[in-house]
Amino acid sequence: MSELAQKREADRSKMSVSDHIAVQITNMNKWYGAFHVLRDINLTVNEGERIVIAGPSGSGKSTLIRCINRLEEHQQGDIIVDGTELTSDLKNIDKIRSEVGMCFQHFNLFPHLSILENCTLAPIWVRKTPKKEAEEIAMHFLEKVKIPEQADKFPGQLSGGQQQRVAIARSLCMKPRIMLFDEPTSALDPEMIKEVLDTMIELAEEGMTMLCVTHEMGFARQVANRVIFMDQGQIVEQNEPEEFFNNPKSDRTKLFLSQILGH
Amino acid sequence: MSEVSFVRTEMLPEQAPPATTVGFVGWIRHNLFTGWFNSIATVLSMLVIYFVLSKILPWMFMSSWSAGSLHECREAIAAAYGEHHEGACWAVIRERWIQLFFGFYPSELYWRPILAFFSLFVALGPVLFAEYVPKKLIWFTAIFPFFGAWLLWGGSIWVPISAILGFVLGYVAYRVITPILGSLAGVIAAAAVPVLWWIALASLFASSLESIIPLGIEAVESRKFGGFMLSITIGVVAIFGSLPLGIVLALGRQSDLLIVKALCVGFIEFIRGVPLITLLFVASTLLNIFLPPGTNFDIILRVLIMVTLFAAAYMAEVVRGGLAALPTGQYEAADALGLDYWKAQRLIIMPQALKISIPGIVSTFIGVFKDTTLVSIIALLDPLGLLAGIRADSNWNGIVWELYGFLALIFFIFCFSMSRYSMYLERKLQTGHQ
Repeated sequence: MSELAQKREADRSKMSVSDHIAVQITNMNKWYGAFHVLRDINLTVNEGERIVIAGPSGSGKSTLIRCINRLEEHQQGDIIVDGTELTSDLKNIDKIRSEVGMCFQHFNLFPHLSILENCTLAPIWVRKTPKKEAEEIAMHFLEKVKIPEQADKFPGQLSGGQQQRVAIARSLCMKPRIMLFDEPTSALDPEMIKEVLDTMIELAEEGMTMLCVTHEMGFARQVANRVIFMDQGQIVEQNEPEEFFNNPKSDRTKLFLSQILGH
Repeated sequence: MSEVSFVRTEMLPEQAPPATTVGFVGWIRHNLFTGWFNSIATVLSMLVIYFVLSKILPWMFMSSWSAGSLHECREAIAAAYGEHHEGACWAVIRERWIQLFFGFYPSELYWRPILAFFSLFVALGPVLFAEYVPKKLIWFTAIFPFFGAWLLWGGSIWVPISAILGFVLGYVAYRVITPILGSLAGVIAAAAVPVLWWIALASLFASSLESIIPLGIEAVESRKFGGFMLSITIGVVAIFGSLPLGIVLALGRQSDLLIVKALCVGFIEFIRGVPLITLLFVASTLLNIFLPPGTNFDIILRVLIMVTLFAAAYMAEVVRGGLAALPTGQYEAADALGLDYWKAQRLIIMPQALKISIPGIVSTFIGVFKDTTLVSIIALLDPLGLLAGIRADSNWNGIVWELYGFLALIFFIFCFSMSRYSMYLERKLQTGHQ
């Protein structure tokens, strides 16, 4: 975890949780072949919540959030995103995917398109936004992540931190209601982690519903309203950050925290 | 520990490199004379080059350009350069080059293949050099396949028009069916309607329009086609037919739909497992057995279809290589943004996969173009087939190197251009260091 990330104080005043349900997962199970990766997951996320999912590698945290936009298929149980149930119906999947933004560990920008084109692609082809308008939206979000001057460059010419911020802007251009972050800072140098986390904090301050898989415990303390600890495909513990870090209940959580905070 | 402690007080300025490592001298030292082994290798290579050129250049240039037969040639060379000089007899090229280019195409109609050849380049403009040519030209590219074929074969203008109509009908079917029955039904209709049209109605439509408004140019039979004109026709059709077909096959091979996948894998493996010559024999002889008697299925058309299918199977595997090289993150990012399968393929996956596959694709193109010479085996008069005739002519009996050298030169020009273009394209598509 990075100390730099803690320097900027998050403003929690606008981070309010509404009682409207954004994501509801009930009794969800998932297998990879015979391997039971997610076991009886029950999770309700209200609009405006900032949830950090932590846990050792292989605990199923990435798989869990990838189920929410159907990058992974679940075999049992229900997932309801913004009132739409995830089934194999392609129309529902497309609808949910255009409402749910996602950032990946390795950014996954499109290397053959310029930064601006990366950002305008989905609005133009999925939302049918006119090109000019899409470009205005893209520039707005690029300014927000503080790299409007890179708009005409290609992803390969940017640093990792800049690429991840572009990836965030690219998702935001679709005006998503929920953002999923899959270890957004794990592939970055410490200096670049800060700039990405700052962007994420800003997003949280604006009331975005966020589910973040991350090892940045500083970010979790500052921004999250709930921390979920997973191990062996199960939710082991969830609590408010203060309580979670200062007073963990399960032994598995204590061990994990002692290892991740110990250095 | 003061020996360990070090602080730089001023940064060093940039200095020029040593004179022996840059410029001409540096280049020579670096590339030709690094160490004794390389120096010896350089000297030996130069000797070999000198030896080869000292034999070839006099043969090429101390030669005869005007003679009516090989015998006359030899006499002219002996008179000019002495009894023992062996010179090339280029007179045969001078006498027969038109035939080597056009086969037995009627000479008063040579303008048609020539016009088709040059409009090919105009049509290629928007595809190969999109940023230098006006965008509207793409319309010409779209009609060129029909226009070019009409120029070469001639006949009624209504035939190519009814062929185009098939595509228009397919598009209309797609637009009508998709909103009602979904995109899969739309795609099937878009494929089925044109095929039905071409098989059942197109010729009727063309001939009835022809009888009302006769409009056309003199028709030329396929058996009069020959020479490079034939090679280029087959090559161009196979090249531009095999790429889209190969892409579809490669995607089919990756498909989750079991039957589609099995069909694509079966097709690819079957075609790749059979020599092209076999397919050409099937095209020239066997196919007639299966067709209803009396069908006149043009031999060149049959060959075109076979060569295209053959190339498409190889293309599919080249494209599959490109697809496999893409990180799964690209698919996931496209999915996560809500792009559907076809949009993701068109906008994200294919541009990158094809870019990765450019060297392989162009190798396949070059291979196909050279393979067109195999049609001489089924008695089509491509340049190689024509050579047999020329060498059997009593005037030129015994001539070998000049003819094959000329052929090789023309093929080399085409293949080398393709290769250079692919390198240009790779450079152009380079976006940052990845």
